Formats: sequence, C-alpha cells, structure tokens
Amino acid sequence: MANQSTQEVIEELKKLLSEKGDLGCEVQGKIERLIAELKWPGPVGPHFVDPVVKRIFDGFNRFKTCNFDKNPELFAELAKGQHPKFLVFACSDSRVSPSHILDFQPGEAFMARNIANMVPAFDKVRYSGVGAIIEYAVGSLEVRNILVIGHSKCGGIRRLMTHPEDGSNEFDFIDDWVRIGLSAKKKVLSENPNLSLDEQCELCEKESVRNSARNLWSYPYVKKAVLDGNLKLWGGYYDFVHGKFEILEDAQALPVVPF
Amino acid sequence: MAALAPPSCFSSSLSKDPFSTTTTVLDHKKLGEGGIQKTQFSVWISSKTRPRIKLKASMEPPGLVQELKSDELESVGKRESGSDLFDEMKYRFMSFKRKKYMENLEHYQNLAKAQAPKFMVIACADSRVCPSYILGFQPGEAFVVRNVANMVPPYEGGPSETNAALEFAVNSLKVENILVIGHSCCGGIRALMSMQDEEDSTSFITRWVVVGRNARLNTEAATSNLGFDQQCRHCEKESVNCSLLNLLTYPWIEEKVRKGLLSVHGGYYDFVECTFEKWTLEYDRGKTDESNTVAVKNRSFWR
Repeated sequence: MANQSTQEVIEELKKLLSEKGDLGCEVQGKIERLIAELKWPGPVGPHFVDPVVKRIFDGFNRFKTCNFDKNPELFAELAKGQHPKFLVFACSDSRVSPSHILDFQPGEAFMARNIANMVPAFDKVRYSGVGAIIEYAVGSLEVRNILVIGHSKCGGIRRLMTHPEDGSNEFDFIDDWVRIGLSAKKKVLSENPNLSLDEQCELCEKESVRNSARNLWSYPYVKKAVLDGNLKLWGGYYDFVHGKFEILEDAQALPVVPF
Repeated sequence: MAALAPPSCFSSSLSKDPFSTTTTVLDHKKLGEGGIQKTQFSVWISSKTRPRIKLKASMEPPGLVQELKSDELESVGKRESGSDLFDEMKYRFMSFKRKKYMENLEHYQNLAKAQAPKFMVIACADSRVCPSYILGFQPGEAFVVRNVANMVPPYEGGPSETNAALEFAVNSLKVENILVIGHSCCGGIRALMSMQDEEDSTSFITRWVVVGRNARLNTEAATSNLGFDQQCRHCEKESVNCSLLNLLTYPWIEEKVRKGLLSVHGGYYDFVECTFEKWTLEYDRGKTDESNTVAVKNRSFWR
C-alpha cells in the first residue's frame, strides 16, 4: 500500500484531475497512469506467480512489441476512428476466430461472436444485442460486407439438432438462443431424414448460415444498403476437421431479380 | 440457385447490379495444396493482381480497410470488387492453412475433437480490439463473445446471446476464468453517455447499451465536472465493473466464484497509448470497498 507522502501525492493528482476539466484525453491518461503506478508500488507489472496473469501479459506484450510499436502510423490512424469494410458474425467457439483463419487485422472487421454465429430476424422487442451490432455496423460504420461464418463441430448447432422439442431438459438461455436456427433444423431433417446425426449437424451448420443471411435481409437498413449496391452479404463455412474454408454462394438468399 | 448471366468478358468495369455474376468452378488442384473445395463461386475476375503492401513485422497489410490504396483501385476509381474480396479471403485462408494449420496439424486435429478453453472473454465488437490479436489468444484458448460495448446483461434481464454464451462456457466448457475487456474510444459507451431517452424504442443501440445505465450513473456522480470525453473514458472502465457485478447475478456463476472454481476479471485496453490494465474481482458476498465500488485485487497495468 502507498505510504503517507505517496498518498498525499495521489490525492493531489486526483484533485488536479477533478478540478481541471480541460486537460484533454492524453494528459488525463498520463495522470491516471501515474496514479495507478503510485497506488501499487513495486514493479508495475504482472504477478508472475499467477499463470493466468502471465498468459495475458505475455500475449499483450508480444502484440505491443511485435505489432503496435512496429506500425505506429497504422495504429495512430486507427486511434482516430475505425472504418472496417466487414461486419463478421462468427461463433464464440475458441477454435474459429476469424482473426486467425482469415487473418483480419485491426480495423478490418467489426466482429460479432455468439453461440453458433446466429443472426435472428429483425424483432422490435428482443435480440437488441444483435440489432445494435447490425445497426451500428451498417448505419454508422457503413460496412460494405456482412460475412456470416459457420463451422464444423458446432456445439450450438448440435444442441439445436438434439433438442427434444417437448419442453423438457431446458438449458434456459442456450435453448432459447439456438431456436433461432429452428427453420434450418426442420429443413435439414425433412430433406435428409436418414443421415446420421453428425451428417445432419454438418448440413445444419451450413443451412443455419443461409438462414442467418435471410434474417439479415429482414433488417430494413440492410435490405436498403444491398439494393443500393452498397452492401454485400456473404456466407462462409470453416471446416477445421479437414482444414477447409468455403464460401456458400447461395447464402446470399436474395430474391431473384430479372436481368 | 439463382439464374446466372452467361460468362461475360473479364473486364475491369463492373456493373453496379449486385446480381450480375459470372460463374467459375475453381478446381482445387489448380490452387495448389489446399482447402478450397471444388465448389461453384460467383466471381468477377480482376484483370491484374492487386499489389500487396508489406508492413513491418508479421502483419499482412490491412487489405480490407476501406481506405486501402492500391494501383488497381485507384486506376478505376473507388469501386467495390467482389473478386478482390473473394481472392483476399482465399489468400488469407490458404496462408493460415499453410503457416499455422499444417505446421501444427496434430494440435488442430486434437482441437477438432474437442475444445477446452480456460478463458471466456467478453469483448467489444470494435474492429480494433480483437482479443485474439491484442492478447494473442490462440485457437483453443478462449471462448469469445463480442457485442457492442462488451456488456454483460444481468440475469433478470432474461435470455440474450451473451448469457447463452455464458451458460455454455461456464456450465458445459467449465472455463476457469471470465475476462471482460473494455477499451478506449468506445462508440457504444459514448452512445450510453449521450443517451437522452431510455425509452427510445426505435434504436437497438439505445435498447442494448441501457444495460450499462448504472455505469453511467456512477460516472456522472464521480466525474460531474469533467469534460464529456473524460466522462466517457471513466464510463468505459465503470461499465466493465458493472458487467463483473452482473456476472455474479447468475446463480451458477456466483456459486462457482464462491467455491473458487471460477475467477472473474476486468480488463481495459487503451489503443491510443497501447496500455492494458487488468484486475480481478474480489469476491465477498455483499461487500464492497469503502467507496462502494467493486472490490478488486491483483491489479496490473502494462505499457
């Protein structure tokens, strides 16, 4: 804990921050960091005995040293604002980060990650989280592409496919969420009743991407941007079992327009 | 499948009609080793290859940022090219497959059987703050949720995509750590601080960020004489703490934290100065420190 005289300095600095409202972000940030350093004397660094902390510290340190410090102009531009070309919907699954598989760099993709990379249909009452993402990406950031990426061995899709649909055995939140993909499940089951569960799940992983693309179309600003030629919808599928990636061409799911 | 126009000449001018396409079957053998299946794609074929701009270190150029300058784009004016994007995605995936997937095949094959991440990370959807990037999380390490302003709604708010992910991560994957990461210049927090009318039902953004209303109230109480930018900055961190408290409203999270099976951490990434702060929630039911804020321990600051 900081000693008495250090504590006095901390109080003076806090007073300076609260009294001077016009310091600007940069100066304010520097004073805050000084306060943080004074408050916790000793090395301003990780508690190396804790492997969790060390893991996060090592990752950040590597990023700062190898990327941030080596590309000051890029990161200075990004600090002023973001202009990503993509909105990406990907699964929360730890194996499918689009930053890895498609090498999205800082600034390139506004990224939503949720269970089974689902996009619900426009609903004025619920799903405000996804609605906020789409509204911000299309309305404010004016992204040019929306990419929905499904993947192999998706736990959320498996839950959807194995859910008894009789009201029993409920996982409160998961089951409510994956129900967004119910039409995809029904289609796969009706068209492929004799396939194994694994095969049906794989088909549903892709059908759910198409379903999400159709749901995107139900957002008025998405539809308008597509029809204006300012937005393109993509569906992708990452198969990490075989190391493959495909674009699902028919995931655009747009009404046929006569030429 | 939608009707397709017959293959047209591969010119550099593009129709503005989003439905005009040619179809090309890409034989995976011609692509070399690889992972693109023999599938039909709709592409516009560029007349020349877009030059890639090399950046320092191991970063590939930000080819998908709107302001990218390249010879080809400049020569035909600013146009959107589906072919360029398709080629870009293909190139990047093949590069990932070659440099990472094949180099670590056994690891990826094990991951394909099951994931066992130790972390669940809740981060903002902002394009500048991907946890895989700034904290170097590798495939298999972190189950990630990304939403506007990295918010965790409370249990009583009912089902949402965020708590569906919480349920899966905590109860099925049994992660050991949850890390909520806020960041500088957050548009969602700015929207929260600017919000005039909570009842505005026309905006999803308003209806979502209102989850952070306590963070705004705390911020306004603590920083009433500061400028708006400074208040937003304070709120970015305050919102993380509110999310940490909201995590404890989930009974199955609270139980695991109480038993020491799960740790809950807050983080703050400042991408202006490139600093990272991290702290851990000090769990003691019903107790906060004297300033009535979240009790924390093991605070670190890295620059």
